[in-house]
Amino acid sequence: MIPKLFAMLTTLALATGSWWTAAAEPKLQVGVLHLGSVTDGGYNQAHAEGIEVMKKNLPDVEVIQVENVPEGADAERVMENMIKRGAQMIVAASFGYLEPAMRVAQKYPNVKFFHPGGYKRTPNMTTYWASTPEAFYLMGVAAGKTTKTNKIGYVVALPISFFLANINAFELGARSVNPKVETRVVFTGTFLDPGKEATAANALLEQGCDVLGVIVDSPITVVQVAEKRGAYSVGFHYIGVSKFAPKGWVTGVAFTWGNLYTRFARDVMDGKFKSEDILGGLADDFLTLAPLGAAVPKDAATLVEAKRQEFIARKAHPFQGPLNDNRGVERVKTGETFPLTDLRKMDWLVEGVVGQPR
Amino acid sequence: MADASLLRDSRLDALGRLAAPLGRFAALLTIALALFAAVLVLFGRNPLRAYADIFSSTLGSAYGVSETLVKMTPLILTALAAAVPSRIWLINVGGEGQLFVGALCATWAAIHLDGLPSFLLLTIMAALGFLGGGLWAAIAGGLRAGGWVSETISTLLMNYVAILLVNFLVFGPWKDPDGVNYPQTVEFAAGAILPMLGGTRVHLGLVFALVATIVCAFLLARTRWGLEVRAIGGNAEAARRNGIPIERYVLVTMLIGGGLAGLAGMAEVSAIQGRLRPSLSPGYGYSGFLISWMAGGHPAGIVAAAFVLAVITAGGDILQMTQALPGSVVNILMAVVLFVVLARQAGRP
Repeated sequence: MIPKLFAMLTTLALATGSWWTAAAEPKLQVGVLHLGSVTDGGYNQAHAEGIEVMKKNLPDVEVIQVENVPEGADAERVMENMIKRGAQMIVAASFGYLEPAMRVAQKYPNVKFFHPGGYKRTPNMTTYWASTPEAFYLMGVAAGKTTKTNKIGYVVALPISFFLANINAFELGARSVNPKVETRVVFTGTFLDPGKEATAANALLEQGCDVLGVIVDSPITVVQVAEKRGAYSVGFHYIGVSKFAPKGWVTGVAFTWGNLYTRFARDVMDGKFKSEDILGGLADDFLTLAPLGAAVPKDAATLVEAKRQEFIARKAHPFQGPLNDNRGVERVKTGETFPLTDLRKMDWLVEGVVGQPR
Repeated sequence: MADASLLRDSRLDALGRLAAPLGRFAALLTIALALFAAVLVLFGRNPLRAYADIFSSTLGSAYGVSETLVKMTPLILTALAAAVPSRIWLINVGGEGQLFVGALCATWAAIHLDGLPSFLLLTIMAALGFLGGGLWAAIAGGLRAGGWVSETISTLLMNYVAILLVNFLVFGPWKDPDGVNYPQTVEFAAGAILPMLGGTRVHLGLVFALVATIVCAFLLARTRWGLEVRAIGGNAEAARRNGIPIERYVLVTMLIGGGLAGLAGMAEVSAIQGRLRPSLSPGYGYSGFLISWMAGGHPAGIVAAAFVLAVITAGGDILQMTQALPGSVVNILMAVVLFVVLARQAGRP
């Protein structure tokens, strides 16, 4: 009965015409997978808007986009379906898609894959990310100048190395202008759970934190909780999130993937693709520090800008030794730095951070 | 006399109970699809094309069919996990947690016994998966049998405990040292991966699911054990007076149900993920519970309902691809189907 019904519907649909030949053949079809919603005001929206910019820059490119794709069995199916529908380039825009993407990449060696934050590759896969610790350091400077209770709360998805590095840099930046600042971390265990995020944010505020930062897919929940309770907030991922905190906005770092995606698509079309590991930073066009909010003291802007120039000129380093972790173990010796290319190995939290890296 | 009527019932089970509900189910599905068609029209899309897309992508090619089967595998098992205890009016909402514990136990074997020959290792993994999930559910069964805690509450709460247990292990002692601190175990050795069919992702777990369905159907319809289960389900007090040890049945049905969910966890972690991680299941345990409800706990109905849900999930992605519909629209389709089917059930005594 059911197959018969479907068969009937198919026939009808085919009969209504203009079925496969809707538009002119695009030069390149790009399949994009998102873990969450493309209107999350955060991680997913940043990728989706990057894709929009790419579409504007390259009108010949057609995009097939699927949101809310779980990281297990579903991710592989969605990628394969995209390829079966003609996608020659796949952007698997979540960390947990790494292995599904690699499996599909091995099956389709002619399709080019792009994965943000991946730590391994296939010959037809490029990984890309922007090193965020410098930006977090600068956010720490701004927040360290803004806090009155000297307690800053961070709601973080998972204790993966990149995130630990961000929190460490943030605390070091805050301490550089205000030695009394401590950063309290709560891990929610998942990239998106507004309920847990709200609970964590409220708990941090109740512990006396007056600035909240956030490293989850959608910063909206935490930023809104902070704003509602008269606290300050530091954003992440998506530049537009400041509109949720008109009063308490401190600053934020956002990914602006548009130009990078345009380059990726152009390379694929021109046959110039090569598998590489791209790690950008403050000097690159895909990482942007949001303007400081009204809540930030005036002298902070000068400090932030000065430090920013030092970072870009490589005259300063966010992880300058001596650094101890928050259990008292020395991690970086005096005069040495923790290399930004080794961020994947960072598994400790710096002195001044309250929390455990697991 | 009671026995005679139960026997007649068992014959109905085998024949009449199969065809009629499936037909009704198809009719309800048609209503749901018609309602969702209205939603699609509101979005300015052609519903016929949308359904054709779903159909051609899931059932119109060997690949689509294979992926539908992949998706059905855990759903059938977790649905049976709810269906078996439901025969004696137990409400097992704990499929998700039982799946996680099953995966956890199987993972232990995959990591620690990786030197064993594949056949042996996979047998141990499956046995541990079944036992893990089964014993996890049996805790709730024991609490219920003793008259202390309702199994609805305990199975639900134990889901969170199970997931936290997995989190503890993958964030801590079992964490892959080469995984950038990402919470996941090391990749399983080839011997710990269930065999797949040809070049597809259809794995031996599907056989587990189908065999489990047939065995459950047989046990419930054709054995003395099943007869007594139906006696308890029909009238627990009468069954007790007839000397049926209800407590034992509570424990055993929970053990079987939980074991099947645990087997689903074993199959997913071995065949689909190849390592244990917190994102093991996008809510298979809860979907399975709904499927069991939709099917009224009937094994054949479960396969049909799992098929429909698998097609909707897999086809939902296709709607996003071909119709540029937001992901949430797929959730509307899922909700419409559930409402229609559950509304039918609310209308019954």
